[in-house]
Amino acid sequence: MTATTNQPSETPIIEVRNLVKHFGAVVALAGVSMKVHAGEVLCLLGDNGAGKSTLIKTLSGVHKPNGGEYFVDGKQVTFQTPRDALDAGIATVYQDLAMVPLMSIARNFFMGREPVRKFGPLKFMNMGFAEDVARQEMRKIGIDVRDPGQAVGTLSGGERQCVAIARAVYFGAKVLILDEPTSALGVAQTSMVLKYVNLVRSRGLGVIFITHNVRHAYAVGNSFTVLNRGRTLGTFSKSEIGIEELQNLMAGDKELQSLSDELGGMV
Amino acid sequence: MANSETSVPAARSSDERLRRQSILRSMLSRPELGAVAGAILVFIFFAVTARGTGMFAADGVMNWVTVAGQLTIIATGAALLMIGGEFDLSVGSMIGFAGMMIAIPTVYFGVPIALSVLFAFCGALLIGFLNGVIVVRTRLPSFIVTLASLYILRGMTIALSILFANRTIVSGVKNFADDSFVSWLFAGKAFRGFFIWLAEAGVIGTLPNGQPAVQGIPAVVLWAFAIAAVGHIVLTRTRFGNWIFASGGDANAARNVGVPVARVKITLFMVTAFCATVYATCQVMEFGSAAADRGVLKEFEAIIAAVIGGCLLTGGYGSVIGAFFGALIFGVVQMGILFTGAPNDWFQVFLGLMLLTAVLFNSVIRRRATGER
Repeated sequence: MTATTNQPSETPIIEVRNLVKHFGAVVALAGVSMKVHAGEVLCLLGDNGAGKSTLIKTLSGVHKPNGGEYFVDGKQVTFQTPRDALDAGIATVYQDLAMVPLMSIARNFFMGREPVRKFGPLKFMNMGFAEDVARQEMRKIGIDVRDPGQAVGTLSGGERQCVAIARAVYFGAKVLILDEPTSALGVAQTSMVLKYVNLVRSRGLGVIFITHNVRHAYAVGNSFTVLNRGRTLGTFSKSEIGIEELQNLMAGDKELQSLSDELGGMV
Repeated sequence: MANSETSVPAARSSDERLRRQSILRSMLSRPELGAVAGAILVFIFFAVTARGTGMFAADGVMNWVTVAGQLTIIATGAALLMIGGEFDLSVGSMIGFAGMMIAIPTVYFGVPIALSVLFAFCGALLIGFLNGVIVVRTRLPSFIVTLASLYILRGMTIALSILFANRTIVSGVKNFADDSFVSWLFAGKAFRGFFIWLAEAGVIGTLPNGQPAVQGIPAVVLWAFAIAAVGHIVLTRTRFGNWIFASGGDANAARNVGVPVARVKITLFMVTAFCATVYATCQVMEFGSAAADRGVLKEFEAIIAAVIGGCLLTGGYGSVIGAFFGALIFGVVQMGILFTGAPNDWFQVFLGLMLLTAVLFNSVIRRRATGER
């Protein structure tokens, strides 16, 4: 198994080596290594229970690893809270825990980082600014929001994911960790999110894209790390591996592969 | 790019249905709409049925304005907390207990009234803080936690009253409080001169002793306006207000982006306790006594006003202005039924129906706001 990426010269934005995490007797991560460069989409593939969630929660500061090393821009780090990771430019967009549906787009966009204006000792939220920025940022990704005061619940699932990503980008994320952003979406919505991920990548951000859909991964990924039972099965650049091979690798055991063959390779 | 990508048409900029949003629809998605419409309806209703009963004469107006004002004070706290995703059922008991915290030190320990009031506020804030900490730490429903507080506080109110006064009322506060600054602040009448002038000009009636029928705006009404105004501004125009919506709307999503959800909720429990204490202080100063049954069932009235005002029971949505109008409806109907001479029992029937209508209406509004179908 080779472990190369298409930009080997630069320092990766994020690199982990032999990351270990266990919860009591359960070993969730048994030595995971991976790296992401700027301007690269790394797809993290794995079936349920492979350790994807634990890995992203460790990367985003929710869990503290029991072993291994974590580097950001070549410097070793230990995050105590998700806020630390956020301050280091690592933003995580969770599948359905990113937005508050009843709140307006503008309020969601600035949730936790509200712009304030001072009047003497009093501080007020600058709603005009929040609405203008939300509208502009939405327009940049091709969503025409006439009223940034409308509730996020009125947006489609794909649009919500895009708002969450746009928010992370606006607040200066260097690396985006996207937790199954397309798993609950239809075809058109998925392509909208994938296009946007590609756009974000082309602006020089690093993206870690978690999915178990090989097609979605292959559509935007530059390199692919396959996780199985808490270990990395390897990292491959796009030129090294085809979509079929990737599918087989992810499926892991023979039984599932033969089942997939029986079903015409469509799983 | 990948094979699957090229053939897919560019994702449309937006759902075309959003563009057809009319002014009517954007109005319909405002939380306070129901309460404002309801208030207009009850005004029309009583303008017709209570015509000539004095309900809309100056003293009649002051009557229901005072009732509505008292309720506004606690409804504001209840609304903010409900938007933040929690309930406080101990508001009514807190009113009774705060009254005792003022009256007992004043009457039995000779503590200056101002200090007693300060003590009551500090004590209430501490109890609110404890309510909040227990809810946040244990993740139990606030409904149960504050139901416990409801009984604990009410029991302590009765027990302390019996212990010190040997009956369920501690009176005699007036002897210590009259003409004091505190009395003026919580039970004074504002704009006296203006009302005397109005009476002399014949705009409002006079009592047999020559005093105007209404001597001024009661302090409790001014407190109500002040608290509702501050509550509204904090909710809609500050960072903390955004945190209230976020904490109630989806606490996990809020935590993920760094909103201090626990701090927000604890603060809101302290706000409801503060509002209950303002209410209690106004009552104690006006009546000159604290009674063990003060504030019974007020927690429900506050919640009803908030719900009529468009607050969702599930949190994350609502407004203080709505709660204000909810309280106004409450005051107008309660007093209106008295003025029209209808049996007072009907008030509760009306209240129940009103609540049911409001809840049904709110769920429609919420579906509109979130685009659920």
